[in-house]
Amino acid sequence: MATNAKKKMVQWEPSDIKAELLRQYPPKVARKRAKQIMINEAQQNDTPALTANVRTIPGIITMRGCTYAGCKGVIMGPTRDIVNLVHGPIGCSFYAWLTRRNQTDAGPDGENYMNYCFSTDMQDSDIIFGGEKKLTAAIQEAYDLFHPKSIAIFATCPVGLIGDDIHTVAKNMKEKFGDCNVYAFSCEGYKGVSQSAGHHIANNQVFRHLVGLNDEIKPGKYKINLLGEYNIGGDGFEIDRIFKKCGITCISTFSGNSTYDQFASSHTADLNAVMCHRSINYVADMMETKYGIPWVKVNFIGAKATAKSLRKIAGYFGEKELIDRVEEVIAEEMPEVEAALAEITPRTEGKTAMMFVGGSRAHHYKELFDELKMKTISAGYEFGHQDDYEGRQVLPNIKVDADSRNIEEIEVEPDETRFKPRKSDKEMKALEKKGFKFKEYDGLAPDMDKGTLIIDDLNQYEAEKLVELMRPDIFCAGIKEKYSIQKLGVPMKQLHSYDSGGPYAGFKGAINFYKEIDQLVNSKVWSYMKAPWQENPQLSASYNWE
Amino acid sequence: MLLRHTPTDITERKALTINPAKTCQPIGAMYAALGIHGCLPHSHGSQGCCAYHRSTLTRHYKEPIAAATSSFTEGASVFGGQANLLQAINNIFTVYNPEVIAVHTTCLSETIGDDLPQIKKKALAEGKIPKGKHVLSASTPSYVGSHVTGFSNMVKSMAMAAEPTGKKNGKVNIIPGWVEPADMEEIKRITKIIGVKTILFPDTSGVLNGPLSGEYKMFPEGGTTMAELKSTGDSIGTLALGEWCSADAARELDAKHKVPCSVLDMPFGLKATDRFIDALRTIGGVTIPEQILHERGQLVDMISDMHQYLYGKKVALVGDPDQLIAMTEFLVSMDMKPLHVVTGTPGKKFEKRIKELTKDMGCKVNVKAKGDMFLLHQWIKNEPVDLIIGNTYCKYIARDEDLPYVRWGFPILDRQGHQYFPTVGYKGGLRLLEKILGVLLDRKDRDDPESKFELVL
Ligand code: SF4
Ligand code: SF4
Repeated sequence: MATNAKKKMVQWEPSDIKAELLRQYPPKVARKRAKQIMINEAQQNDTPALTANVRTIPGIITMRGCTYAGCKGVIMGPTRDIVNLVHGPIGCSFYAWLTRRNQTDAGPDGENYMNYCFSTDMQDSDIIFGGEKKLTAAIQEAYDLFHPKSIAIFATCPVGLIGDDIHTVAKNMKEKFGDCNVYAFSCEGYKGVSQSAGHHIANNQVFRHLVGLNDEIKPGKYKINLLGEYNIGGDGFEIDRIFKKCGITCISTFSGNSTYDQFASSHTADLNAVMCHRSINYVADMMETKYGIPWVKVNFIGAKATAKSLRKIAGYFGEKELIDRVEEVIAEEMPEVEAALAEITPRTEGKTAMMFVGGSRAHHYKELFDELKMKTISAGYEFGHQDDYEGRQVLPNIKVDADSRNIEEIEVEPDETRFKPRKSDKEMKALEKKGFKFKEYDGLAPDMDKGTLIIDDLNQYEAEKLVELMRPDIFCAGIKEKYSIQKLGVPMKQLHSYDSGGPYAGFKGAINFYKEIDQLVNSKVWSYMKAPWQENPQLSASYNWE
Repeated sequence: MLLRHTPTDITERKALTINPAKTCQPIGAMYAALGIHGCLPHSHGSQGCCAYHRSTLTRHYKEPIAAATSSFTEGASVFGGQANLLQAINNIFTVYNPEVIAVHTTCLSETIGDDLPQIKKKALAEGKIPKGKHVLSASTPSYVGSHVTGFSNMVKSMAMAAEPTGKKNGKVNIIPGWVEPADMEEIKRITKIIGVKTILFPDTSGVLNGPLSGEYKMFPEGGTTMAELKSTGDSIGTLALGEWCSADAARELDAKHKVPCSVLDMPFGLKATDRFIDALRTIGGVTIPEQILHERGQLVDMISDMHQYLYGKKVALVGDPDQLIAMTEFLVSMDMKPLHVVTGTPGKKFEKRIKELTKDMGCKVNVKAKGDMFLLHQWIKNEPVDLIIGNTYCKYIARDEDLPYVRWGFPILDRQGHQYFPTVGYKGGLRLLEKILGVLLDRKDRDDPESKFELVL
């Protein structure tokens, strides 16, 4: 080790770094982690080369959250006119109260419960005697107070253990009210290995209880749903602005600033555009099977990515009017983006970034760093699956483990009356022939350079080591990681909830991001780590005023 | 309107909590544990709780909060979490090498009935706890009490680590309760000036208000050492600040090791600080130096100078019981009117204390333990106030009702300073007062008609 430490960091081989990350672990832990750290080959394999979506090692300080966080926090949290009632002790509901920075606009109807936090605040006696009575009463009280269209119930850890039947309670209350849709999510924190399980559970119930309830045809010509966009820091607002400008009608966003009716009508759209592949690909698949809506992967993070995604949507509809309009919008928006880049890239070019967030987000943000001519030297996901890393082609090769098997898969069949292929087989084939890709996601690995490190479920220990060894110019992760990285003198940008910033999506968002990254990597503060007398400890005999 | 659906009509709710004024036990245990030197808190349950607790503490303190978790999945939830905890203890000592692991339960491990002391014994027997290292544990079910209870339980487990030698150490134990790192520092400053030797536990100063220097230390310099905790059994007495946060630990030392204790209010504001200083004087057998009197005089001076802006002002308060009791007394002592007082932490004693403190105010006071901020907002709608004091979540009420607002308590997610500037003691009183006056006078400057707008005030 002594010789290693003397090596200059830039000369470290990826394999050395990997070895260094594993050095401190007990042998069993090291063996497991070794499989989750991949030195990128930048090639598309059929068999997964990286292990992902496996249990977190007890005692290792993890970045991950839980199933409940994925279900209530991510998917249902940003829905504005649904009362999200958490059944459990108070904590779970408290921590998910407004902390994700999902922005919201109450809209003309003025219904917005996002600023509220609802809980059954289970007590000792509820744990001993069961909490169904209390849940029933709480639903009633919420109904009496607010008369919402819909109440969603979320189970936390103890609820599953004591066996409260939340689904029956929900069903009974729904029948009782008649004008309020009540349904429940069995998203206890211990199910699955990360937030990802919660996304899946949320998607199933959204599909079962919300999608397809309203057949009324909404006005608009090019109708899409935007899936996997949560309006963090106003991203959704910027994307909406662009859609409007292009003449694209977004029937429903899952689920940034979304409303009950949006979900209920979402099956009337003609295309599903999927942003966060990880959190929501299930809904896209189910909607395709049941209603015949094809889906494509899009990305509105990065100006080029935004343009590309708009073109993809326009290409799908294939009408000149839309294709032209999209080009016009891109032409209108890009000069401002290019001006910002021209000013900023000289200060960011060649700098390095690391990103460890979410299950698609690190990949999305790589595009923005590319635009800034910054190099992503290491990246990974907190709760990605193998297909998020290596592309959907590995799906058939992924072994389903016990933890994933606990999560319900719902059987979906074409809807007898409402299944309607949006494009004929011939049209689909023609599009595919032109290179149009449906249902496809290539994953992070093919986009990363050869020799970069792709690490699944990075933990605090490894994060610190990586930063020490490779000294990136910026590190991106979540709030828990923020200050330990910054203590090392490296700026840390939150990419789950964006610190105080945003939006970063779309054209205007890209400009915001460039400016912020410039501000972070070029901030003077990082040069203040050492006091002058620490930098230059020898005594000097001359005085300034001499 | 951010809270547009909150009706003025107050209906009784038996089952539904809206906008809680408390959170769950483990986060308190985690914060307390960070006040032990070289300690890694460990959350025994599924990893989501730990992630939430770390995130909230991080947002409040703006500092790295390291804590490990047993990462339960379904298997552990059915078969018990012993294997996970044993593995975790081994991994933690190997990878992070802390002096102490402070384990607390979550509602999950509590519900399945994991027995921490027994698991700890097994870890010892299997050699998973290296020589000279420690594992503390506290049971912190989230369906009892609140985050304050969890804090208290972990502090009690610190008191349980006492190992008296039989030889008195001449020190006074001070249990400061859930206050900011800056407050703990201020308490140490005060006791130093007074000349009483103390063991302060927990002590998060130097842990959660650390410098930025290009180095990350998972275990910073600060914190009460295990040696000090062991020595608490040899102390001449204990001052427990706050019935809810600190009394259990003090009584434990009293009952087990005959270290006499007095339970005082947290030293926020003039009178509670007076009592604290006086108690130090008596127990330490010292005379109070001029400097302390000087600081006291400064606080009295500022109160008298600005009394006209404070007199009769109506206040709504939300927070934790020990802090609220002291704050209520402080406000009343300045002729202000705390009209609505809510804590989410249960306890009849709280309501009684607030009623006593406000009984001469000559108006009805709404007080509720185990209340929530929805109720507080409804009270405010029915009887408006001039000022609201509480944690960050108050900003929604403050904006909707257009109220001057002072951030104080836990959590404060959107401002800085609480970790650096104390609000305990006389100096802390000055700061509290400065903040209160600041918002009241800003409001006056903003709202007075031009003809009434004055330079000097
Ligand atoms: S599951 Fe229990 S311990 Fe965990 S956050 Fe929720 S209330 Fe707190
Ligand atoms: S990128 Fe991750 S954190 Fe973000 S929405 Fe998707 S799954 Fe969630």
